[in-house]
Amino acid sequence: MSDEAKDDVVKVIRTPVQLDYNYSAGRSASRFLRSIKEGKLIGQRCPVDGRVYFPSRGSCPQHGVPIEGEPVELVDRGTLVTFSIVRIPAESVPLEIPFVTIQVLLDGADTILMHLLGNCDLEKVHMGMRLKARWKPKEEWEESVANIIYFEPLDEPDADYDSYKEHI
Amino acid sequence: MNPTEESLSAPHVLDYTYKRSLGPILSQFFTGLRDKKLLGVKRKDGSVLFPPKEYDPDTSESIDEMVPVQDVGAVKSWAWVAQPRKQQPLDKPFAYALIQLDGADTTLLHVVDGGSEAGMKTGMRVKARWADETIGSIKDIACFEPA
Amino acid sequence: MRDVAVVGFAQSQSKRREVNLNDTEIVIPVIHELKKGKNLKNEDMDFVCSGSSDYLAGAPFAFVMGLDAVGAWPPVCESHVEMDGAWALYEAWAKIQMGYAEVALVYGFGKPSMGDLPLTMALQLDPYTQTPLWPDAISMAALQARICLEAGVLTDRDMAECASRDRRNAKDNPYAQVKGDFSIEQILADPYLVNPLRKHDCSPISDGASAVLLVAGDRAKDYCDRPAWIKGIEHICEPLDLNVRDLTRSRSTEIAAEKAGVGNAKVDVAELASPFSHQEVLLERALGLGADTNVNPSGGAMAGNPMMAVGLSRIGEAARRIWDGSAGRAVAHATSGPCLQQNLVCVLEGN
Repeated sequence: MSDEAKDDVVKVIRTPVQLDYNYSAGRSASRFLRSIKEGKLIGQRCPVDGRVYFPSRGSCPQHGVPIEGEPVELVDRGTLVTFSIVRIPAESVPLEIPFVTIQVLLDGADTILMHLLGNCDLEKVHMGMRLKARWKPKEEWEESVANIIYFEPLDEPDADYDSYKEHI
Repeated sequence: MNPTEESLSAPHVLDYTYKRSLGPILSQFFTGLRDKKLLGVKRKDGSVLFPPKEYDPDTSESIDEMVPVQDVGAVKSWAWVAQPRKQQPLDKPFAYALIQLDGADTTLLHVVDGGSEAGMKTGMRVKARWADETIGSIKDIACFEPA
Repeated sequence: MRDVAVVGFAQSQSKRREVNLNDTEIVIPVIHELKKGKNLKNEDMDFVCSGSSDYLAGAPFAFVMGLDAVGAWPPVCESHVEMDGAWALYEAWAKIQMGYAEVALVYGFGKPSMGDLPLTMALQLDPYTQTPLWPDAISMAALQARICLEAGVLTDRDMAECASRDRRNAKDNPYAQVKGDFSIEQILADPYLVNPLRKHDCSPISDGASAVLLVAGDRAKDYCDRPAWIKGIEHICEPLDLNVRDLTRSRSTEIAAEKAGVGNAKVDVAELASPFSHQEVLLERALGLGADTNVNPSGGAMAGNPMMAVGLSRIGEAARRIWDGSAGRAVAHATSGPCLQQNLVCVLEGN
């Protein structure tokens, strides 16, 4: 350190915290992740009102009851509920800007999934679009929602607003 | 579903890069460490808090009269760490200790490179060993060693 | 003061490592059991309050997921403390005193097995001069134990007596993690874990959760034949730094006990959340407990120590003994911070 720096007063110190964890996903998320490794999308049904949570976290967050029944398998297509076009890069996001984050309501599900939209001109993105999943090659599948690279437009008429308005 | 199926797990590192503002009292304390000087603060009753605080812990009065303390003192209590974790200051067995430095009326929590558990004793005299580079950190004192 | 009673309690088994469930999934069956047992609907609850620590989960805002176990739609009146659930109970009690609630659900949960708990506890220390040295919780407790031993205020035999009693009592507690018959001689013959602490002087690391139901006034009788009325509750805090505290006694527990009225009458049962045996000796003294008090019939924290739930569980365990008539007056204790820095004392009575 130079003599000049030594004249300075210490006003700020660095106190980094680094701790190691072995994070456990839990029963519900583990089942979801093991299924997606096989290319299956599973949700769970609330025993009170039958709504399908996708993914499920083991309880119905509305009624506060455990969800323990058989899983519900969902198709890999759905409706774009809402979206945001991201034009600002972030260190922790390894995507080229601009990209489109979306909330997609899978057919048969009652909760939305956060994902990305691909293969679509930015000016054509709109609510109600019908989408399907673009999967990675099967040999690359792991226990991750990133097995779906993005959702892309389906050649179908837009969904009726009433079919997804409660998820906005 | 198999209810006894084990949960998936994955390693996760919690990594916070905190920077902390010091304020006038701790700024003098850490500047002192950088310059290899130990500064405590005098309470109204004349006793010296080391490390210093901005306030008297009994009366809550503001205190700001900085006074030097020595880099030697006595161990008031100690706990032997046989298997240090990677975050801990020394990579060989050592003791955490409460050390009352000469000129101070309170103890400093720090570490003693005591060699072995048998070499540790309450009341033993220890002296600060400075780090090769001092930057304004409690770890500018690398450790204490038997004096 | 309004009359407020503990009328329900549920807890999970304390486990060294819960391999199947995440922390929210540990809470779900506990709250479900409590609600089902008391036929409690979400619309019956005026207030929900929880205690947990995001550092145990290693994720910011991890506590928000805990609310999934309660059910929060339509939205509920809710609060959270980054402390043991016993402090969440205090907040709920205060809320009821202020007239904002009649029925409150309180829960605490933690899954410390995901990290290195003794090291994680260094994050509660002074972040400028202490945390950078990463003193683990066992070393911190050992510093205090040595001071007590060398000052002659207690002996390692006193410590072993606590450990032996707690492990023996825990044999009757199906939720306990560490239990069995260990004689004082057996314990004293063990090697040190961190000198002067032996393994038996330390509470276990436990994953777990617990939940308590509080109800005000006459409505308490709707939920419980013999409610455990909160006659006094107080929490008192000492400075964080060990170097300005008297570590040979628990001054904050003494003050809390006095304010809560522990000494006003005989204490039949006391449940202590003491993480280390020497601290249990100090707590018994600070609370003024004598031979006529049954201390830690559940085994206390030494038998099962689910971080952020263990203190709340002490209140539940104490209340349970009021409900079944085995105690007329009980004291529960919770602690937070290094070396008994902050202590909560709760007095429960059947009449």
